Amino acid sequence: MKEYEIIVVGGGHAGCEAALASARIGHSTLLVTGNIKNIATMPCNPSIGGSAKGIIVREIDALGGEMGINADKTLIQMKMLNSSKGPSVHSLRAQADKITYPQEMLKTLKKQKNLDLLEGMVEDLIVKNKEVKGIILSDDTKISSQTVILTTGTYLKSDILRGSKRTRSGPHGENPSLHLSDNLKKYGFEILRLKTGTPPRIERSSIDFSQTKREDGDKIPYTFSHDISPIYDVNRQEPCYLTYTNENTHKIILDNLSKSSMYGGLNDIKGVGPRYCPSIEDKVTRFRDKERHQLFLEPESLYYDDIYLQGFSTSMPIDIQEKMVHSLKGLENAKILRYAYAIEYDAIYPTQINASLETKILKNLFTAGQINGTSGYEEAACQGLIAGINASRKIEGNKPLILKRNEAYIGVLIDDLVTKGTIEPYRMLTSRAEYRLLLRHDNADLRLREYGYQVGLISEERHQKFLEYCHQIEKLKQKLLTLKLTPSIEVNSILEKLNSTPLKDGITIYELLKRTEITIELLIKNNLLSLDYPKKVMNEVEIQIKYDGYIKKVEREAEKMLKNESKQIPIDIDYSKIKNLASEARQKLEKIRPASIGQASRISGVNPADISILTIYLRKNYNE
Amino acid sequence: MDTIAAISTALGVGAISIIRVSGDDSVKIVNKIFKGKDLTKVKSHTIHYGHIMEGETAVDEVLVSVMLSPKTFTTEDVVEINSHGGIATTNKVLELLLFNGARLAEPGEFTKRAFLNGRIDLIEADGIMNLISSKTENSRKLSMNQLTGRVTNDIKKLRQNLVEMLSHIEVNIDYPEYEDIEELTTEKILPSLLTFRENLQNIIKNSSDGKLINEGINIGIIGRPNVGKSSLLNALLEEEKAIVTDIEGTTRDIVEGKITLKGIIINFIDTAGIRETDNVVEKIGVEKSKKIIHQCDLLILILNNNELLTQEDKELISILKEKKHIILINKIDLENKLDLTELPSNLLKISIKEKRGLEELKQRIVDIFNLEELETKDLTYLSDARSISLLKKSLVYIDEAVHSINQNEPIEIVEFNIKDAWESLGEIIGETYKEELLDELFSRFCLGK
Repeated sequence: MKEYEIIVVGGGHAGCEAALASARIGHSTLLVTGNIKNIATMPCNPSIGGSAKGIIVREIDALGGEMGINADKTLIQMKMLNSSKGPSVHSLRAQADKITYPQEMLKTLKKQKNLDLLEGMVEDLIVKNKEVKGIILSDDTKISSQTVILTTGTYLKSDILRGSKRTRSGPHGENPSLHLSDNLKKYGFEILRLKTGTPPRIERSSIDFSQTKREDGDKIPYTFSHDISPIYDVNRQEPCYLTYTNENTHKIILDNLSKSSMYGGLNDIKGVGPRYCPSIEDKVTRFRDKERHQLFLEPESLYYDDIYLQGFSTSMPIDIQEKMVHSLKGLENAKILRYAYAIEYDAIYPTQINASLETKILKNLFTAGQINGTSGYEEAACQGLIAGINASRKIEGNKPLILKRNEAYIGVLIDDLVTKGTIEPYRMLTSRAEYRLLLRHDNADLRLREYGYQVGLISEERHQKFLEYCHQIEKLKQKLLTLKLTPSIEVNSILEKLNSTPLKDGITIYELLKRTEITIELLIKNNLLSLDYPKKVMNEVEIQIKYDGYIKKVEREAEKMLKNESKQIPIDIDYSKIKNLASEARQKLEKIRPASIGQASRISGVNPADISILTIYLRKNYNE
Repeated sequence: MDTIAAISTALGVGAISIIRVSGDDSVKIVNKIFKGKDLTKVKSHTIHYGHIMEGETAVDEVLVSVMLSPKTFTTEDVVEINSHGGIATTNKVLELLLFNGARLAEPGEFTKRAFLNGRIDLIEADGIMNLISSKTENSRKLSMNQLTGRVTNDIKKLRQNLVEMLSHIEVNIDYPEYEDIEELTTEKILPSLLTFRENLQNIIKNSSDGKLINEGINIGIIGRPNVGKSSLLNALLEEEKAIVTDIEGTTRDIVEGKITLKGIIINFIDTAGIRETDNVVEKIGVEKSKKIIHQCDLLILILNNNELLTQEDKELISILKEKKHIILINKIDLENKLDLTELPSNLLKISIKEKRGLEELKQRIVDIFNLEELETKDLTYLSDARSISLLKKSLVYIDEAVHSINQNEPIEIVEFNIKDAWESLGEIIGETYKEELLDELFSRFCLGK
């Protein structure tokens, strides 16, 4: 049997990124998946991006990942969310086509040098001395490798729950992995049971859309990718539709509550569901006084008829689902093509992995995606990318790429997982990022492209283009610092027209742009400025100038954090020997084994005094 | 290293207190509140005379020692302020330092820095770790005791206001497609912010802890005519040597005298209002005495041992119920006619004439307000100066938020300052739970696929 440098287990969004990254960096890679036809499918919502998540896709693209480009190729609607707010919270959301998205990804995988695809179910690992050496398939085939990346999604001992029925199955009837999680337990991993759900799919032609509100895509074209121009026609985007639940819907749900798997239909549910994706049962019971709940009808593909009923995830038996759906406005005669269900699956406690995504329990084993307790395609993909990069770097003997909290949402996500752990499926939200103003949609490339180049995922050509872009930004900033506007009747009348205070003294354009109401575009339109720069460059410079004060403030805060981040804690530290530590702190430190003083200080239950004691202990015993 | 500050001497009235500042910005920060020489230009290891200023007001006359790195205790730039002691003043100086960018030193932190910077021998490391863990335990207990329930509740309420605002802003950002959830614009939050600002200012003004130290304790002495109210006041004033008998401000009309107990100022308040309304128009009297009683932190009711309990006495006893109080039975040198069985049990029997029982009375006051703790455990003061400076910081952040709304900044920029204000308040009561905002978000709004 052939040997590989890297084996990726699972062909979802994490697995695809991991496999592409390691193969592109130049390592022989095998991607094993239960069903090749299901590579990069979207078993739940038909969209890529969203608030914060859209920025993650930009970050993936900046680092040289595939999700952004693949979404750009296959999207059927695009929106810039929060465009009425400031640039730090802008984020793209696309309706992606569920048929073409996986097709395009599969094409890309098949074309990729150094990458083999194999259909099979991985049930165990080859392990020697706490080190992983390869995988074992359900038919006992052994394949060896230097590193293994597990991206098993919701397939570990997964159960589909609907009404009082529990069926061992992966999403949409796929085969689950029956033994892998037990084997992981055998190797010492603590296993976590999580739960999520998906709403019903409705036949398009059975919906009366005239009873719903139409929601169109933006008229300005966008791309996730930093390198390509928009491919889609803004005037030919697929609309979504908005409808609401009503009193009758709520009555049906409440009357039949005990039939829902989660409310008594099943009494052996251990999985913890996400708060941000409650089922419709949860919503109706938790917010009893709310008269209606918003639901989106989202097209899944141009090539088939399914409409995704966003907001209506449920684990009711199918007869009740029929009643519930038919109670909705516009859906009175709707035909349900696929019923909603909840799914329970195994994951590992993410505090058992390092920020490189290599596990602490088994060397050379990396994990990414839902197995680490996250939820969402974007969250999975970015972890897959990092795992692919770091598994490669491990083989090469290079230091892992660990993004910091002030560098990327990806950094926030991984740090949260490995430092705080999670007990519910973890979804990225902008409020999780304390340095949100630095982690913008517009500057993902400025933050991360250099890393992508260093790890070998950004070609020379793309890198040169990037350097030129950086150069232009600097040039334009310098120019705006030297261009001056002097007060004159003409200038001041224009400013007044723009609701801006008239000038008394001369002012540089740079200074003038700090005013909220002034933009480069307005200055050009009013002939106060003439520039010949790409729009992207002008946009970036304007954001940097306008938010300069706030950006600097956040950067100062981040610097404080970084100081502690550079204080490394030796891997072999024995916390039981530090007698002055509070016992809760000692337990937490022992369990999480933080890599730095900074990480240690973010663990809940570890107090400043414990950090002081730890610092002194390190100085005394390791003379750091 | 960031700059830390703390009072490094035990506090007490009359003694000189030293406030120590260490870190990169120590000279810069002290210079901001110092009127005298420009401290950023003086030579190392020199002492300078001047005043600590709060805006245009001099807080204290001080000597400031400037010691530059590396020949200092911590090896960092160190400034020591020799203040004229007095809890209120020393605390005020510390508060100003904290407000201007210093951070309150953690227990044992100066020593820790001395060690980490190689100033103290390795052998001492264990000792320092012991010191930190024991001091931390002490200060934790103290700070738990110190914040009274009311202040904690007020701050919690304020934080709740902010977290509701914040979670609403966050939900708009994270779930922009939810049309059911009202879009919180800057115009919409402005009125709430202004109300919040007013409440915060009130807390700063009235925070009983801040008041305790800055303004002292107000004690009202009540009782029928001729039970010995003035005699008690005179006896206490005489013994403790009153600092002033009339002070400016809102309490001018009613404060009869001031003494200090364990370094805390005690203001005695006349309650003549109650006496004068005996037979006159009832309403005015009740109103006025209510007002006085409201201003008091403690009421002392004096009853006459030599007389029977009157209806009036009973009414006064009923007033006491909602307040901290002490009941004094005066004139125990005379025959007992008062029926003690009708009264609560925690009485204090005294004879002002014979100066009997006055020490017990003072001890009772000390116990009620935990003044002993305040005196011996300097950390209590520290955390208090810290609380006040955090409250004020929070106010500054709210002002900045209001300012940025007026500048038409987008809401997520305005939110920065609101978040900072919320976090400052959280530091006061030790709530820095990071997931709080998300918990709030998911409990208040209905979201999801």
